[in-house]
Amino acid sequence: MNVLARTMGFSLALMLTFTAVTYVLPQMKGEAPEDIHVDVSALTMDSFIRLGEELYPGKGACTLCHNSLGRAPDLLALNVVSTSLERIGDPRYQGNAVDAVSYVRESMLDPNIYVVRGFGKKGSGDTESPMPAVDKPPSQLTDVEIGAIIAYLQAKDGNPVTVALPARTNESLAAAGEITEPARPMLAQSAEEAIAKFACAACHTVLDTESAIGPSLHDVGKRLTVDQIRDSIIAPNAVIVEGYAQVMPDISETMVVKELELIVRFLAKQTGDQP
Amino acid sequence: MIVAIIGLSGSGFSSVAWAADQAPEQPVAPIYSDAITDESVSSLISAPKPERSDYPNIGVSSRSLVWVFAQMHLFFGALVLAVPIFVLVIELIGFKTNDDRYDDMAHEFMKISLTAYAVTALFGGALTLSLYMLYPDLMAYLTTRVFGAQMLVYVALFFLESLLLYVYYYGWYALRYGNRKWIHLALGLLLNAVGTTLLVVANSWTTFMMAPSGIDTAGAVVGNIWEVMRGPLWNPLNLHRFIANVAFGGAVVGAYAAFKFLCAKTAEEKAHYDWMGYTSNFIAILAFLPLPFAGYWLTAEIYAYSQQMGILAMGGILAWLFVIQAVLICAILFAGNYYLWAGMARTEGSRRYRWLVKYIASVLVLGFLVWVTPHNIIFTADEITRLGGSNHPVLGPLGIMPAKNIAVFLMLIFTFLSFQIYRRADKVITVSWESWANTLMIAIYIVATVNVIFAGVYYGYFTNTVYKVGSSVMQVGSTLVVIVSGVVIDTFLFKGARTLPVSWGRISGRSQYALFALPIAFTWLMALMGYVRSSVRTHWHVYAVVKDNSADNFIPTLQYVGNMVTFVTVLFLMFLLFIFWVANLSSVRQVPAVGLSNRAAAEGVA
Repeated sequence: MNVLARTMGFSLALMLTFTAVTYVLPQMKGEAPEDIHVDVSALTMDSFIRLGEELYPGKGACTLCHNSLGRAPDLLALNVVSTSLERIGDPRYQGNAVDAVSYVRESMLDPNIYVVRGFGKKGSGDTESPMPAVDKPPSQLTDVEIGAIIAYLQAKDGNPVTVALPARTNESLAAAGEITEPARPMLAQSAEEAIAKFACAACHTVLDTESAIGPSLHDVGKRLTVDQIRDSIIAPNAVIVEGYAQVMPDISETMVVKELELIVRFLAKQTGDQP
Repeated sequence: MIVAIIGLSGSGFSSVAWAADQAPEQPVAPIYSDAITDESVSSLISAPKPERSDYPNIGVSSRSLVWVFAQMHLFFGALVLAVPIFVLVIELIGFKTNDDRYDDMAHEFMKISLTAYAVTALFGGALTLSLYMLYPDLMAYLTTRVFGAQMLVYVALFFLESLLLYVYYYGWYALRYGNRKWIHLALGLLLNAVGTTLLVVANSWTTFMMAPSGIDTAGAVVGNIWEVMRGPLWNPLNLHRFIANVAFGGAVVGAYAAFKFLCAKTAEEKAHYDWMGYTSNFIAILAFLPLPFAGYWLTAEIYAYSQQMGILAMGGILAWLFVIQAVLICAILFAGNYYLWAGMARTEGSRRYRWLVKYIASVLVLGFLVWVTPHNIIFTADEITRLGGSNHPVLGPLGIMPAKNIAVFLMLIFTFLSFQIYRRADKVITVSWESWANTLMIAIYIVATVNVIFAGVYYGYFTNTVYKVGSSVMQVGSTLVVIVSGVVIDTFLFKGARTLPVSWGRISGRSQYALFALPIAFTWLMALMGYVRSSVRTHWHVYAVVKDNSADNFIPTLQYVGNMVTFVTVLFLMFLLFIFWVANLSSVRQVPAVGLSNRAAAEGVA
C-alpha cells in the first residue's frame, strides 16, 4: 500500500472515530422558541398556571440558571411565596414590592433591585444581577407570560394563586358573575397545615422555625386576645407592632373561615410556656 | 499612548482619536455613544426583523451551505495567516545562526501557504456570495448600517496582504543574504502585521453578532465603528484565534513534513523532513499549551456578558460537545507526546529520561478518562432506580467541571514535562549548580501538581459555584509557573552544555502518523468549537437584536454536527492534498528524453 493510501486511511479512520463519539452521545435538538398567542378570553386559572409551567423551562429559559447547580436560587426547590416575603423584609431590599406577586414581577423586570447574596455578578458585591430583564431580548416575555410564570411559581407549592388573570381581574370577573375558580390548593386540615400553606413561618417564629421579620408568635396567646389575633390576620396592616415593617400580605381573600379559625385557635394557645 | 485611526461610522467615514489608556471598561451589554443628539436619534434605523418568507429557499439547507463555505474559508484563512508568523521566526533564527537549513525550511513552509492563499480567497468569495443570497436582510444590516466602510478597509487590507505575500515569497532568494535579508525580514513583519489586522477586523464581525455593541436595543447604530468593533468578546476571540491559528498552522505543515518523510527515498531527505516535522510539532504543541488559558478568558467573558449564553454552552444543550472536545484535545496531547517520546530515539542521551515516559503516559490516560466522564447521561426510569439517582454515586463527582479542570491542567503540566525531557535528551549539562536547579524544578512540579489538585478539590467540591470559576485561576497560575520556570531554568542550564549527536531521520515511520493525527484533530476541533461559538447565539443572527426566523434557526443534533464537521474536515484534507501536490509540482522538472531536444520533449513528440 503506498504512502498516500495509508495516510488517507489513517486520517479517515481517525475522523470516523471522532464522528462516532457524536453518535453515542444523547441526541437533542434545540428548537427556537415560538411566539405564543394566548387567548385571554378563554384563559382559566388552571390553563394560566399550565402556561407558566411550560414557559418556565421553555421560552423563559428560567431553568438554565434557576436549578440545583447553584448559579441562581433554585426556585423549584424553595417556596417562592414565603421566600419573597423574607426578601422583602431584608434590610438590603430597596424595591417597592409589598407581596410575593409584586416581588417576583419586580425581580423579573428589574433583577438588580434586589440581588440574593452570593448570586450577584462577580465583583459587583451582589448589587448587580447576571439575570437579564425578562421582558427584553433574549427572553422577551410578554406581560401575560410573566403573569403565567408567577402563577405557576405560586401554585407549585400549594400557595394560593393571587396573580390576576390577564385582561380581566378577579374582581371584574366576580362583578360580572363569571368567577373562574382559581387553582386553589387543598384545604388545610390542621393548624400546622394552614400555617405552612400561608407561609406564616417565613416571617414569624412559629412551630419549629424562627424568623425575625415579623413578631414572634411563640407567645402571641399571652399578648393578644383571640379576637385581636383574628383581626391581625384579617387586617394585618391595621396595627403594626413597633419595630416591624408593614410587609404582611393581605390573605383575607384567599383564606377560608375554617383555616382562619384553625390558625387563630392554635395561636391563642401559644403562651410561650409550651415545650 | 494616543492612537489615531480612521473611525468609520455606520453611515460613512469620520475621524476620531482616542486615548487607549483612557478607554472605558469593557461593555457587558449594548453600549451607547455619549454624543447622541436629538437629530441623530431621530435618524436612527432599527435592525431588520426578517420573517420566514424573507429567506430564499434554494432547496438545500442555507445554514449548511454557509457552514461549509465559512468553515473552509476559516481553515485556509487560519493556515495562511499562521504560517507566515512562524516562518518569520524560523527565518530570523536562520539569519542569526547563519544556518541555511532554517531558511530553506521557512521557504518551503511559505510555498504551502502561498498555494493555500488562493483557495482561501475562493472560499471567501463563495461565502460572501452565499451570505448575501441566503441572508439578504441580515447582510444588508451588517454591511450598510453597522460596519459600513470598515468592510472596504478589509478589502484594502486584503489587497495589501496579497501584495506583501507575493513580494515576500518571490523575493526570498533575491533578498537572502546581508543587509537585503533585513529588507526581507521587514517585509515578513509587515505581512504579519497586515495579516493579523485582517484577522481582528473579521473577528469583529463575528463578535458583534455574539455580543453586539455600539447599537441600541432596537439595533440602531448609535456608536462609531470603534464602539461597534470593541465588543466584550472581541479581544478574547482575537487572542484565542491568533494562538489557535499558529498551533493549527504548525500541525498542518507537520503533516506535510510527515508525508514527505514517509515518501523519502534517501537518508538525507529523511533527515530533512524529520527535522521539519519535529519543528512543526514543536510549534504546534508550544502554541497549543497556552490555548486553554485563552479559552478560559473567552468563556469567562461570555459568562460576564450573558450568563445565559455561558450556561447554554457549558451546561445546556451544547455542553455535550465538550465531551467530544475532551476526546479531541486528548488525541492532540497523546499524539504530541507520543511523537516526542518516539523522537527521543534520535539521541542516546534520552536513555536518562525514558523511565519518566510511563508515568507521563499514566497521567495522560487517567486525565483522559476523567475528562470524558459525563456528569449524567439519559437513563430509563429503571436505570435511575437501580443507580439511586441520575448521577453515578462514585463516578458522578468526576463528571463536573472541577474534576475536568484538574485533569486538563495535569495533562498540560505533564505534556510540558515531555517537552522538557525531550529538550534535555541531547544535552550534557556542565554548570556546577545543576543538581540545585533540578531539585528546584522537581519542587515546582510537585507544588504545582498539589496546587492544581487542591484548588480543584477544595474550591470545586467544598465551596459554592462562584468560587469554582475562581479556582481555575490558581490552576492556570500553577501551570504557567511550571512552563515559564521550566523554560527559564533550562535556558540557564543549557549555557555551556555539551550537545550529544542527534541522528535526524532515526525515527519510526509509525511516529509520523502522530503528525497526521495532530492536524486531523486540530481541524475537527476548530470546526467543532467554531460551531459551539456560533450556536450560543441560538435563534439570533445578532444576539438579542436580529432574530433568526429562517428554517434553520434550531440547534441540530450532535450526529448532524458530527457529520458536518467530518464533511468539512474531509473536504479540507482533499484541498490540502491538492495544495501539497501543487507545492511539490513546482519543484519537479521533466528530464528530456535522450536524443530529443527540450522543446520536442515538452511537446511530447515521440
